[in-house]
Amino acid sequence: MLKYSIKRLLYSAIILFFVMFIIYTLMYVMPGNYVQTKAMELATKPGATKSADEWLADLNRQYGMDQGIISGYFTWLKSAVKLDFGDSWKWNKACTQVFSERIWYSFALNVITMFFQIIIAIPLGIHAARKQYGFSDYFATVFSMVCISMPSFFLITLLKLIFAVKLKWFDLTGMIDPRIHDSLSDFGKFLDVAKHYVLPVITITIISIGGLMRYTRTNMLEVLSSDYIRTARAKGVPERKVIYSHAFRNTLITLITILGGSLVSLFSGAIITEQLFGLTGIGQASYQSMVVGDIPFTMFYLAFISLLTLLGNLLADLLYAAADPRVRLA
Amino acid sequence: MADKTIQAHDAYSADLFKDAEKNPENLLVVKNLKKYFPIKSSFFKMTVGNVKAVDGVSFVIKKGTTMGLVGESGCGKSTIGRTILRLIEKTEGEVFFNGEDVFKLSKAELRAHRPNIQIIFQDPYSSLSPRIPVGEIIGEAVREHHIVSPAEFDDYITRVMEACGLAEYHKDRYPHEFSGGQRQRICIARALALNPDFILCDEPVSALDVSIQAQIINLLRDLQKEFGLTYLFISHDLSVVEHISDTVGVMYLGNLVEYAETDKLFSKPLHPYTQALFSAIPVPDPDYKMNRIILEGSIPSPANPPSGCKFHTRCRECMEVCKYLNPDFAEVEPEHYCACHLYNSPARKAELDKLVAEMKREEEKKAEESKK
Repeated sequence: MLKYSIKRLLYSAIILFFVMFIIYTLMYVMPGNYVQTKAMELATKPGATKSADEWLADLNRQYGMDQGIISGYFTWLKSAVKLDFGDSWKWNKACTQVFSERIWYSFALNVITMFFQIIIAIPLGIHAARKQYGFSDYFATVFSMVCISMPSFFLITLLKLIFAVKLKWFDLTGMIDPRIHDSLSDFGKFLDVAKHYVLPVITITIISIGGLMRYTRTNMLEVLSSDYIRTARAKGVPERKVIYSHAFRNTLITLITILGGSLVSLFSGAIITEQLFGLTGIGQASYQSMVVGDIPFTMFYLAFISLLTLLGNLLADLLYAAADPRVRLA
Repeated sequence: MADKTIQAHDAYSADLFKDAEKNPENLLVVKNLKKYFPIKSSFFKMTVGNVKAVDGVSFVIKKGTTMGLVGESGCGKSTIGRTILRLIEKTEGEVFFNGEDVFKLSKAELRAHRPNIQIIFQDPYSSLSPRIPVGEIIGEAVREHHIVSPAEFDDYITRVMEACGLAEYHKDRYPHEFSGGQRQRICIARALALNPDFILCDEPVSALDVSIQAQIINLLRDLQKEFGLTYLFISHDLSVVEHISDTVGVMYLGNLVEYAETDKLFSKPLHPYTQALFSAIPVPDPDYKMNRIILEGSIPSPANPPSGCKFHTRCRECMEVCKYLNPDFAEVEPEHYCACHLYNSPARKAELDKLVAEMKREEEKKAEESKK
């Protein structure tokens, strides 16, 4: 197991190297990058002393963009392995600082969402599988299909229209209610933030339960039709135990793989949802940094996500072995 | 017309094995059991027809004996087994176990009844849950049904495993670590641990190679002697059935066509289908002249079986009456039941001939009408 993990981590390092190189290249060659925009801005300022081209040359030197893609990448890599990711161009702060300021908002959002996703989707999937082709199965199928197909911006607009505009239960955007937030006690402040999390949580939960529910249903169906479930019934095990201890246990493998893969989603933030609800989470930060071509922050964020994805996959494989005695990792 | 044939047949077979369930010697009594699987149209889910997997089967198994059930694949052998166990629900008929109607049990009663009547499935690979260790597979239901006290539990499971040729250290292993023969031993131990009166063996050796088959069959026989078990042994291997069974039933397309003691049946098969089937048993003697009866055509679809006797399309002895009426499953000789018009009593023959004549007239009338 240890040998296997080390081997996988080495592979991950190689994959990470190339993934980051591709991302760096894309950011570097992107037209209208941060430096160009800044040069234009400075050159068109009233009282500008240098032309745009001169500014560009200056700034390129200043930001280290004059050394070409390959050597630029290695410069980034050298400091990155020392965990020094440089300063964000957009926020003029260390990338890690921007990250630590914002990640917990996203993390909280995603943990809550994942919790709801699991407690809704898995029982629903099990139920649908038990009543295959029954009314509740069709209902769950249609419901999950709607959930999967719904674009988040559309769902958000819909939710805002109903709950914020018509019913006036929640604010349209923001993390806090600026009119009253400062006057509240600590617990009141917490409740205020929690209230602003309701709609984002609903949005992401609705969008994500469909997939998990379908996975659960499909895998349950496969397991329920197997011979050993018939054996369990024939030996007189109560139906509840047949479903949960025999069938669900075998379904867990696949679910673990999916949930292990979604480890990354706990930290990656939700770009559209955070942007539209004005949550200052990591998703929003990554969106804003990418839009202005903030190479250090984007690189840092995507390196983090890539690493997490690779670790999530490794974790899923290790859990797989723990859940299935037939799997021996080598 | 179809109604008439079914009525004529059902009325007759209802008397067969009448009150057999009241005899305490009879452990399992099956009366006119039917199991139809509806064929649904794809769009409106309307039932457009039935696959008559089991179409009126009756037999009795005495305590401590083994009944073999043979027939081509797809003839409904396994469906009978599963319906008796109530793993699937019946369409019609009665099943008595120890004088108790199995289909009248409530859900809770059925669960309490489960340990008495156990099953060994054909495929020992897929019938064991891959993620549960062997000790737990065998012991789970034992604990669930409080067969032994918790203090004795470990010893009990070990004893059962040893009786089935498994060792105690196998308990913590998982099913995938065993060979096919050992897995079937696990399945047998699992069934045996519940202290059943009756074990349904649904082709328990078909998935195993021949040397292992013999081991498993002998194990089943030894266990029968030791624990006084009753078996229903489903198989398509006639030599295995002859070896293990006290009585044998032969099935064709959802019907039991012949049922008798093994010796009687093998020495003197009455039904033309049984005769054809037995003529196909290979004899390990190169000089033996096999007198095989070759059946023409293939087994008809159970969704749309032929009218009258279902075997008449392939039967050498086919008569006029066979095309119209289902034969009765009757006691032709003492303890030898056969469903064939060849063995009708003169009185019954006259009765049926009259019915056939009537049906023919109706048919002609209809044909004339359609011509006009």
